[in-house]
Amino acid sequence: MGKALEQKEAGLNIVVVGHVDHGKSTVIGRLLYDTGSLPQGAIDKVEKIAHDTGKPFEYAYLLDAFEEEQQQGITIDTTRIQFSTAKRDYVIIDAPGHKEFLKNMISGAAGAEAALLIVDGKQGVQEQSRRHAYMLSLLGIKKVYVLVNKMDLAGYAEIAFVKIKHDMGAFLAELGIYPLKYIPVSGLQGDNIASKSVHMPWYQGEPLLEALDLLEGEQAAVDRALRLPIQDVYKFDSRRIIAGRIEAGQLAVGDEIAIYPGGRKTKVVAFPYWQAKDQRTQAFAGASTGIQVADEFFNQRGEIITRAGDTPPLTGKRLRVSLFWLGKKPLQLNRRYKLKLGTQEVEAQVESIEKLIDASSLDQRAADTVKEIRLNDVAEVILKLKEEIAFDRFQDYQATGRFVLVDGYDVAGGGIVLAAEKEAPGEFSQKAMRYIMNHLPQNGELIVVVKDGEIVRLERTEREVFSGIDGEGI
Amino acid sequence: MSQAIETADKLDKLEAESIYILREAYKKLGKLGMLWSIGKDSTVLLWLAKKAFYGHCPFPFIHVDTKHKIPEMIAYRDRVAKELNLDLIVHTNQAAIDAGMGPDKGRLACCQALKTEGLKQVVKEYGFDGLIVGVRRDEEGSRSKERVFSERKEDDAWDYANQLPELWDQFKTDFPKGHHIRVHPLLAWNELDIWEYIRRENIPIIDLYFAKNGKRYRSLGCACCTGQIESEADTLDKIIEELKHTTTSERAGRKQDQEDSYAMQKLRKEGYM
Repeated sequence: MGKALEQKEAGLNIVVVGHVDHGKSTVIGRLLYDTGSLPQGAIDKVEKIAHDTGKPFEYAYLLDAFEEEQQQGITIDTTRIQFSTAKRDYVIIDAPGHKEFLKNMISGAAGAEAALLIVDGKQGVQEQSRRHAYMLSLLGIKKVYVLVNKMDLAGYAEIAFVKIKHDMGAFLAELGIYPLKYIPVSGLQGDNIASKSVHMPWYQGEPLLEALDLLEGEQAAVDRALRLPIQDVYKFDSRRIIAGRIEAGQLAVGDEIAIYPGGRKTKVVAFPYWQAKDQRTQAFAGASTGIQVADEFFNQRGEIITRAGDTPPLTGKRLRVSLFWLGKKPLQLNRRYKLKLGTQEVEAQVESIEKLIDASSLDQRAADTVKEIRLNDVAEVILKLKEEIAFDRFQDYQATGRFVLVDGYDVAGGGIVLAAEKEAPGEFSQKAMRYIMNHLPQNGELIVVVKDGEIVRLERTEREVFSGIDGEGI
Repeated sequence: MSQAIETADKLDKLEAESIYILREAYKKLGKLGMLWSIGKDSTVLLWLAKKAFYGHCPFPFIHVDTKHKIPEMIAYRDRVAKELNLDLIVHTNQAAIDAGMGPDKGRLACCQALKTEGLKQVVKEYGFDGLIVGVRRDEEGSRSKERVFSERKEDDAWDYANQLPELWDQFKTDFPKGHHIRVHPLLAWNELDIWEYIRRENIPIIDLYFAKNGKRYRSLGCACCTGQIESEADTLDKIIEELKHTTTSERAGRKQDQEDSYAMQKLRKEGYM
């Protein structure tokens, strides 16, 4: 099914992160300017603003389009700007560096496959440099270049570059991030942006523009087990169509499929289409598709389809997750939130906070001292869901291994699944609990055998030690 | 086992993402409508909706008619709506026109009254929870900061300085009654992508975009405020070739944008599309 040679290579999304005032918008503006990627109108507009306000021409204004951003000289919201090289199209995502706008930084980074982490060559590694790096690791972005910026202010000295390379490298290694390159640049002066700088002969590597083309985009995971979360079921005409996007793997007419959490099996009979040219017999990861199946039992949004024989997703009601909180109101134990994972939505509560992590220092606080998770905090917690869902560990499948939490009307946090947890031991229905209370022996031990929250059998012993109940089937 | 693997190119990826967004909007938002400005972007959007829903369009299309549109646009609108059997709502802020509103009262004031206010009237009259709009990030600075699902409060205002995080494809689908969501399935597309997709899919497009006598429209709007560009591009191939080499911006011919350095930001804050 090869396509014509004229097809465009898929674009690459790159997020630019780092501490406030380390020059993210300036580096990007300069890159766009030096590569002639800006329409004449955009430059005219910035020149007009500079003229009207009596300020010098700022490359950053090319991205910081909001009036407030230009007046205050900071990026408030994430911007996406496109530019192209002979190799491919890029989307450069400029993320704000101010701590107050971390939610916008995460919004930008969540859409990226690779990152440029910018560090001021004179100021060195700062709080947000580290926090942003942590967020990259949490979001699974492993392709990172570190740009040591403002080298002009650091006298273009190799020693300044080497020191930052050492400091940042040590921190990143703790997060499991190993930058592919460190590049000394000056966004303002244009050193090592579009062309090699004459001021830093000691730097043997590529300028940024060449280095970008060396990054490899994420390949759609076509050779993995199928993950097709059901988005909707349509019955506009005589066809009953299960619609969704293939997040991993591939699917063909005739394949036997299993639908989780239930695990029911059926067969794909057709890929419906509107126009004859879209007729097909197989579909691959990345496609928004639809299928008709042989057995028309009840299907619903949120279920995940795999091929029979493929590794199935995990299922359960308790998840160990790593999450970041962006809500003004703290995340509290035993409060109800809505969890959205893939196309599933389910009520969720934080059952326990395992550890709270300072994303800037990596210091950890033990669970027993922590009662809530505040704005911009990162934590490892156990989530308890009201109903069973299908999911994956983030390290296995990104799209079905990450989630957001909705507080009231707003997305207030997000995170990744680390593992499925067993059902909590000794979960009794109220009826079972009353029964147990009425049958407690005077001295000795009551062993309660529970299945699905209901008592199956009681056993009394005369032993004194109550050792607890460790789940099903004792 | 060797199996042919189809590699998705840029247009495949954009199409898949836009269809995903349309399906999310249809599933999660209550009453939904799609703005159809007759231009190339919203016509691509119409096409994507047909694909997403297998030839059906399960929501109405809305045209906010300022009565200042280029006459060919209206003829084209009525013809295509009939051919594709669209449920089309045409709305005009007649009260403002009767009160004498027009571009001579100031372009921003005119856009504000005939487009923004007109749009608000439709949203209110029909009680829409979601409006699908074909804006793109590469068009203009304030649009580059938009979210895919962007909430509008009762007054239709865009609280752009305090936008919520939008993570992966988990869009904002929870909001109080009276608010609505602007859905932007084409945010990630650029002008060239639109034209290459029109060529690939053979989408019927209004012929004002094709050069006649050395001029063509690159962006369509009201007759009074939309200029033509010098161009010999009278075929899709030629338009695509021209755009690969142009250095002028797409909206350079749209006069309302030039009224003020922050014209679009100001218009959009109030609810402009």
